[in-house]
Amino acid sequence: MTDEAFGAFRDELIDSGLVIDAGAEGLYGRSFDYERIVSGIMGLTTRTGADEGATTVHFPPVIPRWLLERTDYLKSFPDLTGSVHSFRGDDKMHARLLALVDAGDDWVEVLEPADVVLRPAACHPVYPLCTGGPLPAGGRRFEVHGWCFRHEPSRDPARMLAFRMHEFVYVGDPGGADGHSEVWVARGTEMYESLGLEIDVVVANDPFFGRAGKVLAANQRAEALKLEFVSPITSTESPTAIGSVNRHQDHFGSTFGIESADGAVAHSACFAVGVDRTALALLRRHGLDISSWPAAVQARLWP
Amino acid sequence: MEAMEEEIRQILAQQGRLPVDIADLDNDADLYEAGMTSHASVSVMLALEDTFDFEFPESMLRKSTFESVTAIRAALTSLVGAPAE
Repeated sequence: MTDEAFGAFRDELIDSGLVIDAGAEGLYGRSFDYERIVSGIMGLTTRTGADEGATTVHFPPVIPRWLLERTDYLKSFPDLTGSVHSFRGDDKMHARLLALVDAGDDWVEVLEPADVVLRPAACHPVYPLCTGGPLPAGGRRFEVHGWCFRHEPSRDPARMLAFRMHEFVYVGDPGGADGHSEVWVARGTEMYESLGLEIDVVVANDPFFGRAGKVLAANQRAEALKLEFVSPITSTESPTAIGSVNRHQDHFGSTFGIESADGAVAHSACFAVGVDRTALALLRRHGLDISSWPAAVQARLWP
Repeated sequence: MEAMEEEIRQILAQQGRLPVDIADLDNDADLYEAGMTSHASVSVMLALEDTFDFEFPESMLRKSTFESVTAIRAALTSLVGAPAE
């Protein structure tokens, strides 16, 4: 995929007014119509999982620093991490900060890390809710969505710095986690296809960082732990992942100390819709004028 | 117990996040079955490289390299040479 091909679709999106260049690579504003697509996708996702009996929880786009540490995210994707820093100095340091800004120098050096970081995945705040004793028989299910951040600046409009993710999460025993992922591979495929999208389900190949990441990537591939729903956005040859089903095995169970009903280390799995990427796939598939989209697709999004 | 095995076991005790005592596992015991996660095995890998001052080649950067004390010992021996008796 070349930069021009990314750029062509990016330019179309910006020229149409659906997406607004927010002034940093990979950062965008959204129009009223774009947000109609987003709320349509999120409504459809909620309806698709309505019989899950999931507890719906909402969290802000920042999470405690300790939570990021506990998820092992820094081991897998240190390069995508976003950390919040703020000014905690005195008047003298304030003067120094302003002098650095005026001189066009690096002023970040006078900041200090806050107790929060940006949330890289919607489901991370859910796991601490499952600690403090064995889970009920049948495990627990959550619906969670919201803004996430991954620092991978790019001209590719599908690689946004800040984007929405909508998830259905299961935490419980290994059989339940496998069942959750099987059910959601089928439901996810049906859901995306009902929107007229061409979908392939493929084994994921996440960009784990560095040499340590080679071990994690090889393991993810060998055990097909994560499957992705891919659909064309900027390219038909290399379609983009617009959703995924991820079996974490006992990763979160072990790092958070979550016990399944029988006292064993809990397993978990999640279905995640990349909401913004799904919106882009729909715009690519049906065109930039949403009023001209097929009636069946509109009926699914805005019943 | 030879020095290399002892160091491997010490690294597993510190980095393996095993829910059981490494001393209770024999050399051929499957560490993943014993509760080591793939993320913990990455910490083990980095600590081994640090302690024995070498880098695993890419072909060995997979889970099975770290599946038992015996497997780790075999990998180390092939990379940093046989331990002195």
